[in-house]
Amino acid sequence: MDGPAMIVVVDCGTGNLQSVVRGLEKADGTATVSSSVDVVADAERLVLPGVGSFGHGMANLERSGLLPVLSQKVLEDKTPLLGICAGHQMLTSYSEEGDVHGLGWIDGTTTRLKSDPHDRSIRIPHMGWNQLHAVADCPLFRGISRDACFYFAHSYSVECHNDAYVVATTEYGRPFVSVVQDQNIFGVQFHPEKSHENGIAVLRNFVSYRQPSADQRQ
Amino acid sequence: MLKIRIMPVLLLNEWGLEKSIQFQDPVYIGSPINAARVYNGRNVDGLILLDIVATNHGRPPLVEVISQITEEAFMPVTVGGGVRDVATMHQLLAAGADRIVVNTSSVENPELISQAADCFGSQCVVVSIDAKREADGGYQVYTHGGTRATGLDPVDHALRMQKMGCGEILLTSMDRDGTMQGYDLNLTCRVSDALDIPLIACGGAGCVEHLAEAVRVGHASAVAAGAFFQFFGPRRTVLITYPDDEEFLQVFEPDQIRLKTDNPMVLPDGAVHQDPCA
Repeated sequence: MDGPAMIVVVDCGTGNLQSVVRGLEKADGTATVSSSVDVVADAERLVLPGVGSFGHGMANLERSGLLPVLSQKVLEDKTPLLGICAGHQMLTSYSEEGDVHGLGWIDGTTTRLKSDPHDRSIRIPHMGWNQLHAVADCPLFRGISRDACFYFAHSYSVECHNDAYVVATTEYGRPFVSVVQDQNIFGVQFHPEKSHENGIAVLRNFVSYRQPSADQRQ
Repeated sequence: MLKIRIMPVLLLNEWGLEKSIQFQDPVYIGSPINAARVYNGRNVDGLILLDIVATNHGRPPLVEVISQITEEAFMPVTVGGGVRDVATMHQLLAAGADRIVVNTSSVENPELISQAADCFGSQCVVVSIDAKREADGGYQVYTHGGTRATGLDPVDHALRMQKMGCGEILLTSMDRDGTMQGYDLNLTCRVSDALDIPLIACGGAGCVEHLAEAVRVGHASAVAAGAFFQFFGPRRTVLITYPDDEEFLQVFEPDQIRLKTDNPMVLPDGAVHQDPCA
């Protein structure tokens, strides 16, 4: 495929969406923010950005009428999708935050992070730079140092019911799932658009990601 | 493990950046855009931008400046000054801010904190508390750029803000502000120990040892500094600066902080890209 892929950053409500667009453009992608069914239908890549809360994000998605076209694109057409922060959490089927159902595209739920009574440095929200312990290879991290730090800002995290989808965990008192992948669906708990060069590298890998063909998957 | 954030604070007034001592006698530092560019180039952990005349001028922070700064900054930018309502927060987020700081309004209208947390998430809401030591050894919270005493104890106010849904406290010692004599560790520790949310210590940093003390003794989760990153030498010559990894490692363990220059990026063609500031 020639030419830049059009990446649609799905507008599911409040939040800083322009930073995601700028990050994708810095990563040599062409990106736009939209909540239009037609624009999403034409997207070659999709990003579900981090918004205020899981509940707000899901409510806005439902209200926007985007759920059918998103399901078609992601589950049937296998359009690459990257969920960021709350967007990554929304891939699961349910969140304790607001007692709300999610997309259910990754087998798991979203639960509140726990503080540690023996370690008062473990505060909620988890705010700042932390690292990934990779458990599986993932195209998003090609060429990125194992010690790379990424920026996190969240009070909830994903619990996967199937370890096959866990790409990486992050240590905060105890490990939590910080990166997931199921074929064309990727989720990252951190904000790549706020993680300096390493974050842009993740976005660059997403921009250039090609779903392996049936032969390559052998 | 979570790294200690070390963040420059930029104080904006009508015409640019300024830095004061104990909230008095501000000195002109220069263009906020240039300063942000320097800090971004140094790969800092995040920036805090506070419009310190906004409240007293009865207006929210300058969206234009924030837009320009965040245009090139691929790192968290925390913005505040004169924020009194959720609509303003929407504007600032749309302009590129990641987190919003509320100071005076957290005292005058504490409900705003709950509304903001509901709307944007706790992780997006930072309450800034300016505190001054009183004659009896206790501390008092001040608003309106440090000009109005509130009668509130900073621990009580911080706890109330935590209860309202605030995600982090930015605590500034008015006595130590700009002095470069070290943070007020007593104040920092008192407030931090009472909280379950993270706390950023601010006011008084003059060397890297001070930053480490604020964490070790003050129990801060993060440290912010203005004068330390904006002045150089005994004559306080204006110089936008940020220590390199080697200086930080004199006082922090390697796994406590994020090293800014140790992660050469391997580009898709196999070439290794080094940080030009290394």
